Amino acid sequence: MNSARQQPPRRDDPRPVDTHRRTLMKAASGTALGAGLIGNAPPVRAKDPDPSPATNPWQVALPIQTPKSSVSSLSPLPAPYPVSGECGRSEHQAWGHYPPEAFYEVRVREGSHSFHPQLPTQKVRGYDGTFPGPLFHARYGNPFLVRFRNDLSPTMTGPGSPQISVHVHNLHQPSESDGFPGDYFGPTLAGPTLTAPGNFKDHHYPMCCAGITATNEYGDFREANGTMWFHDHRLDFTGANVYGGMAGFFLAFDDIDSGNENDTNPQALRLPSGAYDVPMMISDHRFTRRGQLVFDQFETDGLLGDKFAVNGKIQPFFRVARRKYRFRLLDASVSRFYDLVIRRGTTDQPFQYIANDGNLLGAPLSRTSVRIAPAERADIVIDFSQYPIGTELFLVNRLEQIDGRGPTGRLLNPGTQIMKIIVDRNAPTPDNSRVPATLRPQPTVNLSEVVRTREFRFDRENEVWTVNSQIFDVDVPAATVRMGTAEIWSLRNSSSGWSHPVHIHFEEGRILTRNGVAPPPHEAGRKDVYVLGPQETVRIFLRFRDYAGKYVMHCHNLTHEDHAMMARWDIVP
Amino acid sequence: MINRRNLLATGLGLAAVAGLAAQSGRAQARGPRADYFPNVTLTTHEGRRVRFYDDLIAGRLVAINMMYAQCTNRCPPMTANLKEVHRMLGEHVNRDVFMYSITLQPHLDRPRDLAEYVREHDVPKGWHFLTGEPQDIEAIRLSLGFYSIDPVVDADRTQHTGMVRVGNEALDRWCTSPSLGKPRRIVEAIQSMAAKPLPLAA
Repeated sequence: MNSARQQPPRRDDPRPVDTHRRTLMKAASGTALGAGLIGNAPPVRAKDPDPSPATNPWQVALPIQTPKSSVSSLSPLPAPYPVSGECGRSEHQAWGHYPPEAFYEVRVREGSHSFHPQLPTQKVRGYDGTFPGPLFHARYGNPFLVRFRNDLSPTMTGPGSPQISVHVHNLHQPSESDGFPGDYFGPTLAGPTLTAPGNFKDHHYPMCCAGITATNEYGDFREANGTMWFHDHRLDFTGANVYGGMAGFFLAFDDIDSGNENDTNPQALRLPSGAYDVPMMISDHRFTRRGQLVFDQFETDGLLGDKFAVNGKIQPFFRVARRKYRFRLLDASVSRFYDLVIRRGTTDQPFQYIANDGNLLGAPLSRTSVRIAPAERADIVIDFSQYPIGTELFLVNRLEQIDGRGPTGRLLNPGTQIMKIIVDRNAPTPDNSRVPATLRPQPTVNLSEVVRTREFRFDRENEVWTVNSQIFDVDVPAATVRMGTAEIWSLRNSSSGWSHPVHIHFEEGRILTRNGVAPPPHEAGRKDVYVLGPQETVRIFLRFRDYAGKYVMHCHNLTHEDHAMMARWDIVP
Repeated sequence: MINRRNLLATGLGLAAVAGLAAQSGRAQARGPRADYFPNVTLTTHEGRRVRFYDDLIAGRLVAINMMYAQCTNRCPPMTANLKEVHRMLGEHVNRDVFMYSITLQPHLDRPRDLAEYVREHDVPKGWHFLTGEPQDIEAIRLSLGFYSIDPVVDADRTQHTGMVRVGNEALDRWCTSPSLGKPRRIVEAIQSMAAKPLPLAA
């Protein structure tokens, strides 16, 4: 990855001096610019970053992944306390009740990746060296363990950090496996909340829904998460590490969302499954003139790309059969928000919006567009049986965003085509999938459980983000909550002109009000990303069950996050 | 809206006319940021003339903040915090880690004013306060990302950046740390940048 957005000035810059002069004159408003100085000017930087090289759309197929396989064992054997070679983490607190039944190993390393056939194959740093990383299929009731090995060189160069911390967004996981930002590790350096460096870190995923009780040891099924993703969460470097490749899908299934559209269990929803259940990671990127990925380490507002990738490929095509598909849309961009439509000709096509933030809604919503902020997810089901073979449709982003602060809100027409969908065959087998009228029942919001209301004000002072006027400190909790209680958290964005997709780790919350009124239907289910537009306030009901330890709340515009727009909060027994 | 690219262009263009001969003690270096940072001439509070890129940045692990001598609001506590960072880094300062404070008011803060600030705040040795031509300082400020996209905020000196830019030019690895954060956090950001571990004395 190249690190500056600007190309180095070229000595053979072909632009005439006049161009330089105009750029300089325009930029110099208010400063004294002496005559005759221009001739001495060195080659100046382009006034805007160079656009990425041209690439033809629809040249490459959308990558479809198969789930990663487990390994028979790990050496050394994992254990509740760190084992030889592992970094100094806290004890796996849920090991006793939920010993891992399966084991996986992910190597965080350099690999090579092609974003597009017209761009050079290049280095990425990702999970197993791929972008996106391997696909995880997890199942509630089947606890497992992943050994994340850090094979990055401590002296690697360019944007990003060779230390990592892996967060599954937003699994109900114990703190020591949550990828806390201060829990970063590498063979030579450990973050402030670990006790020692190490070559790997074991994450234990109990695969319990929130709300474990004596009679329900795998929690409340209404709290199940479905579409999640795992990504780097290293303090100060999350943006560069995620943009550089550290992101992958993590899907969870249970008896209801069983991943089998032919399931004979009457409880099963039988949503489109297998090859018809397609995670789509949407990200924007910028490349140098030579086609190398660019990450501007000196940008503090946010980063926007001018190329759009789905599952790591720029403007791919996707051939579909005439049947229903589940698209799991994820905004894995650093700073960009999307308003997505599936367009045929000039008409936006209908689909069923079944899950927001990876959580199935109580009932599907009939929609023709869906808006997602960084880290937010939207699962939709679209039925391609309504289109004749040969039909072409396009996944289109309509939302205007001109800088890293957030979208303008304006919808563009025609917008940007991100992916082409080609209906190219009949369904090879009968389509038994369906979208039932009720999906997953939602847990009750019981306000009598609320023991406290807290306000968190997100602000910017002296170009530093603050939460309640406090600067982020990995060691100091901004809130300490008692396990088993519920609270109302009021999140307020005091700034004008900035949007903040605030992510609260651990349990999914429920929006009680957005700016004083009930949230729109797609935000009425369980959520973990709460978009705060300029001057907006969102009140959230949150429970804190099952595990103790340190967690964070932060802006998921990764540039904001990396400039300390974050607060630690703790759960105590 | 402020366009940093435009401003950068200005700063670099004007920088060329400063015409100050650098009295560089270091060989010309061409690291990964040689073409990014303005290589303008600055003067230290001790009156030494230095090139920003060649002498201060190239190949080094640096921590850079901005201040001005007459600031009574944010700068004194930031300086106090960075003194603690300096103390914790101990013998690494000026050997493995280089600390720079650059004035935001170069037209007021001449080297003797910065020297006075250093005396007044009892700033330890090996930490360099810098001034220069206003347009050169402006070019540096923009290159470090120390600006606001909002022109009203950007023009308001009381809202000047409260961040320390931390980076290792040889590895081309950069981040920021809030100047008013806990000094240990700033030290950890600096340690994160080192090619070899930077152990601290107890």
